[in-house]
Amino acid sequence: MSKMHVKMNVNGKEVEGLAEPRTLLIHFLRENLNITGPHIGCETSHCGACTVDMDGKSVKSCTVFVAQAQGKDVTTVEGLVNEDGSLGVIQEMFREHHGLQCGFCTPGMITRAHRLLQENPNPTEEEIRFGMAGNLCRCTGYQNIVKSIAAAADTLNAQKEAAE
Amino acid sequence: MNEQTLTPEQRAANLKGMGSSRKRVEDVRFTQGKGNYVDDIKLDGMLFGDFVRSPYAHARVVSINTEEAMKVPGVVAVLTAEDLAPLGLHWMPTLAGDKQMVLADGKVLFQGQEVAFVVAEDRYAAADAAELVEVDYEELPVVVDPFEALKSDVVLREDTVDENGNATEGAHGPRNHPNHIFTWEQGEKEATEAVLSEADVVAEEMVYYHRTHPCPLETCGSVASMDKVTGKLTLWGTFQAPHAIRTVVSLISGIAEHNIRVISPDIGGGFGNKVGAYAGYVCSVVASIVTGKPVKWVEDRMENLMSTAFARDYWMKGKIAATKDGKITGLWCHTTADHGGFDACADPTKFPAGFMNICTGSYDIPTAYLAVEGVYTNKAPGGVAYRCSFRVTEAAYFIERMIEVLAIKLNMDAAELRRINFIKKDQFPYQSALGWEYDSGDYHTAWDKALESVGYDKLRVEQAQQIEDFKAGKTRKLMGIGLTHFTEIVGAGPVKNCDILGLGMFDSCEIRIHPTGSAIARLGTISQGQGHATTFAQIIASEIGLPADDITLEEGDTDTAPYGLGTYGSRSTPVAGAATAMAARKIRAKAQMIAAYLLEVHDDDVEWDIDRFAVKGAPERFKTMKEIAFAAYNQAIPGLEPGLEAVSYYDPPNMTYPFGAYICVLDIDVDTGEADIRSFYALDDCGTRINPMIIEGQVHGGLTEALAIAMGQEIAYDEMGNVKTGTLMDFFIPTAWETPNYITDHTTTPSPHHPIGAKGVGESPNVGGVPCFSNAVHDAFRPFGLTQTHMPHDHWRIWKTANDLGLHG
Repeated sequence: MSKMHVKMNVNGKEVEGLAEPRTLLIHFLRENLNITGPHIGCETSHCGACTVDMDGKSVKSCTVFVAQAQGKDVTTVEGLVNEDGSLGVIQEMFREHHGLQCGFCTPGMITRAHRLLQENPNPTEEEIRFGMAGNLCRCTGYQNIVKSIAAAADTLNAQKEAAE
Repeated sequence: MNEQTLTPEQRAANLKGMGSSRKRVEDVRFTQGKGNYVDDIKLDGMLFGDFVRSPYAHARVVSINTEEAMKVPGVVAVLTAEDLAPLGLHWMPTLAGDKQMVLADGKVLFQGQEVAFVVAEDRYAAADAAELVEVDYEELPVVVDPFEALKSDVVLREDTVDENGNATEGAHGPRNHPNHIFTWEQGEKEATEAVLSEADVVAEEMVYYHRTHPCPLETCGSVASMDKVTGKLTLWGTFQAPHAIRTVVSLISGIAEHNIRVISPDIGGGFGNKVGAYAGYVCSVVASIVTGKPVKWVEDRMENLMSTAFARDYWMKGKIAATKDGKITGLWCHTTADHGGFDACADPTKFPAGFMNICTGSYDIPTAYLAVEGVYTNKAPGGVAYRCSFRVTEAAYFIERMIEVLAIKLNMDAAELRRINFIKKDQFPYQSALGWEYDSGDYHTAWDKALESVGYDKLRVEQAQQIEDFKAGKTRKLMGIGLTHFTEIVGAGPVKNCDILGLGMFDSCEIRIHPTGSAIARLGTISQGQGHATTFAQIIASEIGLPADDITLEEGDTDTAPYGLGTYGSRSTPVAGAATAMAARKIRAKAQMIAAYLLEVHDDDVEWDIDRFAVKGAPERFKTMKEIAFAAYNQAIPGLEPGLEAVSYYDPPNMTYPFGAYICVLDIDVDTGEADIRSFYALDDCGTRINPMIIEGQVHGGLTEALAIAMGQEIAYDEMGNVKTGTLMDFFIPTAWETPNYITDHTTTPSPHHPIGAKGVGESPNVGGVPCFSNAVHDAFRPFGLTQTHMPHDHWRIWKTANDLGLHG
């Protein structure tokens, strides 16, 4: 199958490569770009391990063709680290509140939580649970994930307030 | 602050040792996507393998044509059983003493069975070519019911019958039918039957624990790289037991064991799925040998659910005898175990039904008998311990249902029935009727604490009111109170009776102290999310007084780690954790001699104090472990070798027996069949607690897996052997939305035989959680005459139960 010239912005950098149009975005990220934070857990859009941010929306990159991502802005969990290399607030709160165990769902969880808190900076527990329902975790039972996200919301809001 | 001015409490706190909710060291990598899982491995020239799988549950393979597949650009090879046969690799041994086809050898026995292995330059080409492999099948009659299988003329495994069609002897003794695998008996049959015939009361029930699947978020996979120049094979994979895999690969491939390096990198959850050896592992190795290039195989979710490692599928017929005031006098159980097309259970060799003989549970039952009959059917092979220690969850579900059934028969409160039958604290160590020696327990204390914490008596009053309201037409909801007191048996196990493929189930730890007082430790286990790098460092910190933050922990590389049997069956803390403490104590013993030399006193004149040895009676004269470490490399001490390191291979004297008391309250909508979990209280006693934060996380996760299993998760087949639940659309995994918050609690009853008293906890919540959720559903319907119904309690089944009981008017 002939390949297309793919260009997109990933984690703030312009990237390009050759790929068959049917290539899934997750495979392009992982295999062409060596961005292995997003994982493959089901390939049917159920588990959310492959969640990335595309033009300001959470998408499951296992069901997005690379052709659909042409020219888009993509953020993965690697792009949520602070400029100095330290963990971003959501990442830090997942660590602080034991919001992960095997770590396989974590990049998708954190990337989804990042978008959720953009959409709703003050979510209730119920809103967090509903907003994260597209991401499966087999280890934590979600209780500490919910706690991590609530703590991240508080920290981000406090930071915003301090800056204003 | 210097070493002199810190208080003992401050010095202990600085270590972040046992009992500290130390934050996990793994998380800095994982939270920024820097884990290194099998599918993240990328090697030069690496090829991808993909399977052609059988659409039929039972069929002869008449022919396989690979011609069109080989024409796909990028395809390098298509392997079939014919290609593997000359190497003797078309079949492989299973962990249960059976053998299993790697690629279909003339027939297939379950839907999804591996038929051919396509190797290509990328995963898309491999998938394209797999579609083009033409397989001509001749369908055979399908047997999916284990009871039918034992009566059927259809012979599933022609390789296990003689020329007259009679079953040959199996790995676990005589077989009475071609589809019969083994019968395993424990306890006293005649004595138990006598008790049953003379008892005041006998309750009898069939308790079915349905077929499900561990379904870790990361599927199974491997990368094999055969270096033809050095003759060395490196095999990365999702292995819960990397050392055992190395030995097995050596034995079946003929490659010398020193030429095989097995590496388990980060593992994205295991839950028993990654204990066994799978066709994909073997095929990736063969493909790498054949092509001379590294070959990666990673299964997709559908392949995972259809082929690698189902769990449970136990039909447990039970009889329980008691006096009229509720003292249990005997327990009888006959289990029909559906093992699928090959017996690929993950059990210690001498235990074909695992530790199912822990089924007397937490109760002092004087007489008992258990028989388990293994059966071949046209379903996927397995029978793995899905977040449990070898059939312990089956056993716990069985006894906790039988107690409830007996309570109904006696018209007694099930909490009280449990209480009067618990093994008492002063009976430990307790010899059970089915052959185990329980190490320690205090069930009454745990039970009373649990009942009091949830306000049990008040809940029953509320429930009685709700039943009245329901009957009066004021509500359509029913309240269920689920009770469970479970006893586990984990930490397999003593080499005298526990081995897997002949390998004794000890485990190991090697610790090296560096001159500047930091350390590296390596273990024979492998974390899959349990946080070993965090918790094992805590054990060492407490034992030798160096901060946990200064201790690196490594697992999973067979070239560097000491030999061990891996992580499953909650064995890491009971076995490798003990090895860790013992290795640390060897180091401390040498450190004592070094300290005495430096302090110019006799060895016996110094004593251990948190992070140092001090002169007895003169605590101001001391040497810290850090100072001692440097001296070990810097001083010529008479009679001592330089350096400070130790290794321990720990053969546990007994299993450990964690226990717990769980109570679930739920509300059932009889018209929709929905069950709303109102509260869940989990009290766990895992002995000494190493990291309370991690224990709590393990309990949350295990309870959620229990919720899934009890309330909807199932591998279901139709009568043709088609898998009806092969994707996450049909196979239930709770999301954050369906999952409740849990209340966790604990008591602490240390194991008397474990060096630090720890018992293991990761699987307790699954073992106790499943009966607790299920008992809650049953309890809601108890006033309307329900005694027993089968899991999973999804909306449909609950609605059906309500309907069958006439609750829909």
